Amino acid sequence: MSTQSPTSSGTVVNDFSITVGTVNGTGSQTSNLTILRAIFKMGIPVQGKNIFPSNIQGLPTWYTIRINKDGWLARREEHEIVIAMNPATVKEDMEKVVPGGALFYADHIKLPIERDDITTYPMPVKKLARQSGAPAKLRDYVANMVYVGVLAQMIGIDMDKIRAALDFHFKGKESPINLNMGVIEAAAEWAKENLEKKDPYILEPMDATKGYIMADGNTAAALGALYGGVQFVAWYPITPASSLVETMNQYIPKLRKDPKTGKNTVVVVQAEDELAASGMAIGAGWAGLRAMTSTSGAGISLMSEFFGLAYYAEVPIVVWDVQRGSPSTGLPTRTMQGDITQVAFISQGDTDSIMLFPRDAQEAFEFGWRAFDYAERLQAPVFVMSDLDIGQNQWMVKPFEYPDEPMDRGKILWEEDLEQWEKEGKVWGRYLDVDGDGIPYRTVIGNKHPKAAYFTRGTGHDEFARYSEDPEVWVRVLKRIKKKYETARHILPKPVLESAEGAPFGIISFGSTHPAIQEARHYLKEEKGIATDYLRLRAYPFADEVRDFIADHEKIYVVEMNRDGQMRQLLQLFVPDMADRLISVAKGDGLPLTARWIMNTILEMEEE
Amino acid sequence: MAKTNAIGLTIADYKGAPTTLCQGCGHNSIISQIISAVFEENLPPESVVKFSGIGCSSKAPTYMLGRSFGFNGLHGRMPSLATGALFGDLSLIGIGMSGDGDSAAIGMGQFKHIIRRNMPLVYIVANNGVYGLTKGQFSPTSDRGLKLKKQGVNPFEPVDICMEALASNATFVARSFAGDPKQVKTLIKAAMHHRGTAILDIISPCVSFNNQPNATHSYEWGKKHEVILHDMQFLPNAKEIMLEGEMEPGEVREVTLHDGSAIVLKRVDRDYDPTDRFAAIRALEEAKQKHILLTGLLYIEPDRPALPDLYDLPTDVPFNRMPQERLRPSPDTMQTVNDLMF
Repeated sequence: MSTQSPTSSGTVVNDFSITVGTVNGTGSQTSNLTILRAIFKMGIPVQGKNIFPSNIQGLPTWYTIRINKDGWLARREEHEIVIAMNPATVKEDMEKVVPGGALFYADHIKLPIERDDITTYPMPVKKLARQSGAPAKLRDYVANMVYVGVLAQMIGIDMDKIRAALDFHFKGKESPINLNMGVIEAAAEWAKENLEKKDPYILEPMDATKGYIMADGNTAAALGALYGGVQFVAWYPITPASSLVETMNQYIPKLRKDPKTGKNTVVVVQAEDELAASGMAIGAGWAGLRAMTSTSGAGISLMSEFFGLAYYAEVPIVVWDVQRGSPSTGLPTRTMQGDITQVAFISQGDTDSIMLFPRDAQEAFEFGWRAFDYAERLQAPVFVMSDLDIGQNQWMVKPFEYPDEPMDRGKILWEEDLEQWEKEGKVWGRYLDVDGDGIPYRTVIGNKHPKAAYFTRGTGHDEFARYSEDPEVWVRVLKRIKKKYETARHILPKPVLESAEGAPFGIISFGSTHPAIQEARHYLKEEKGIATDYLRLRAYPFADEVRDFIADHEKIYVVEMNRDGQMRQLLQLFVPDMADRLISVAKGDGLPLTARWIMNTILEMEEE
Repeated sequence: MAKTNAIGLTIADYKGAPTTLCQGCGHNSIISQIISAVFEENLPPESVVKFSGIGCSSKAPTYMLGRSFGFNGLHGRMPSLATGALFGDLSLIGIGMSGDGDSAAIGMGQFKHIIRRNMPLVYIVANNGVYGLTKGQFSPTSDRGLKLKKQGVNPFEPVDICMEALASNATFVARSFAGDPKQVKTLIKAAMHHRGTAILDIISPCVSFNNQPNATHSYEWGKKHEVILHDMQFLPNAKEIMLEGEMEPGEVREVTLHDGSAIVLKRVDRDYDPTDRFAAIRALEEAKQKHILLTGLLYIEPDRPALPDLYDLPTDVPFNRMPQERLRPSPDTMQTVNDLMF
């Protein structure tokens, strides 16, 4: 495991985690992002995770920053440095610190120091906040800048980089930048004069973040959709998906002015609820617009009836599911991969589903635009299964890449196409499979050809969209739709395979667990000498490569963030002949998986 | 040879599949008037889009305008489908066909919110005060005291569709009666030209489950108790307005719609101003107290912005025909966006 062993000089450089415990709603997020961004600007790989309450103000909240020179940025369970700003949690915060670690605490918190194996640093937070000259109403906010300054002095965060971070955060507005910078500098100065460095953790500038950006997945998804040419968005606020459309609204004026007329080319409607949000988006998708909605598990439940309609009536729509702790209202501010089987079998009756699993903010951008191509090509709902960790946390990723393929608007027939078909004696029916791929041709409203119109319904219909209760027609149409999902398997993003020589078992995973999996594989190899093969799923229904991977391994651990091993269940249905090869490594406690937990769980299972 | 309209189509071009609703169902009469209205307005059937929810009312779009696109969606969810779909091509006219169960039960939220957004749509509630397709249960608009075979006596006050529409600040509210086809047709024509959500609450008797003479949704009760607010005429071109003979003040009112068409309202018993919301609410309350079926254009506000007006969309080409180069940001923006990240 990452041991944080001191160098010969007794220091631990660029390899530790900082956890800040504060009170929700006091502006600590600005302080935490400032630390995160300044370290990133120092060229040191860094990742931040917000462990926050479902609350606007007053409850405890934590922010963990992982710094790792080798680029391992998954969540860790160890905290080398803890900053305690919240009297309500100071006791448990102190217990979190690893032996040899450091506790920074606000000195107005009366703290019986119960540990002699850590260094403790009091910080005169109230005094420095008072001296800052900040108006009384801002004092809580600037108080949080005190720990930025003290920490900067004690671990060596570059002041110029802090200023750059504040400049970004406050969009260049001098007054807040100077106010906060003043507090930070004063706090650093105070620390320099009054604190003696006793813990081993320090930062040294590196050159490892060049060519990377910091972005959260919801922003990436919003941008991806805008580059995908999204035209109609209907949504309803829900944690942790809300910022996706909110961010989109910010970027629309920058990115989506019609080059010809200067007018807008995106419509965003905040619906009255998820039922209406899905209905509007499906209406728009049916009418030939690139349409989407974004929500979380509870919203998916409400939208399910409409998704069943979109499935059977064959309407393209993109759905972002930013998953949170579930079932029920669950853990609204915690992460999970808990909606996998719900979406796979969405709505009543025999259905199929298309899911994409982005790994991080960069893939959220890519799937953001590609999802529309799949939806329109396949005339079906496409679900992008993000989660809170991807959506709301800052990820150090490669820059977004401009779409490398033109938009695929799928099989749409306009007036001239219908005329051409007539000339060629080809018969068009809305649900007629002409090409043998299960995907029929569609027309959309506004098509003025007298034979373009058809009647869309969720009731039984034949190949020409006529009402039908004929048992044979019903079965035939549903079989043909199934074929479409067989086609989907071949065009959706392929899984990513990483193989190693002599691997005794395989690992299958997907989505935000990727960094923890990679880190766990690294330790398995380095420390236990166990090489592993790894298949990262990117889409459902599964590609042939998934079957091949399972066939190639006698034992495969399926790692995911839920209780029941939902992806494993889907895989077992996919390869019933090899179902017993698939072993579930699943945990859904609301927190991102850690490499240590993954490795230890696998090792325990290996011993059994 | 069959009569053709100004664009050379016959009434057959506006028909749909043969109806499977019961013989005598009020909805069939509404269907006929929709067909006539679109035919007489010389609209190509392709310029109309039909929407519906679930229930007998919502089956109706199948039986009209076979050359128009249609979407028969989910129970109570017609308004959201229509809202999204019509953005596909804002030059088209949407006709939404709903019922009392569809709009006043599960659909109450969507009914009110499409009104709140003022999305242009001819929103017809074919109101028969009963669930027909599930064979005769009480609906939200069933009369209090209504007795139905397997259900007993309804103990609840009915929902008044027009009152709900007014309470939601609707810009077009009308009540009519399937037994008064001429008025139904005039209102549909006016509604098609209204820029906003036009609510038409049409009492449409269910001959199978709720046509007993004492039921306020029956033919007999309607015929006996209908009181019209005004004689109504719709003129697609306001310039054509010619008033017949000598008129007394308040005899005739004229409402000019967004597109220059006009509704001419001729006084019957009293002067009624359909732009007065307060008067509309009072008229409904009085009708309830007097046990009459008050029909006509209860309220209209022609100039409130409609939902699409809020978006400043290009109008040179329908939204669903907009090419990639106008939808995908140019490649040079990618660097700028990445620079905006940290």
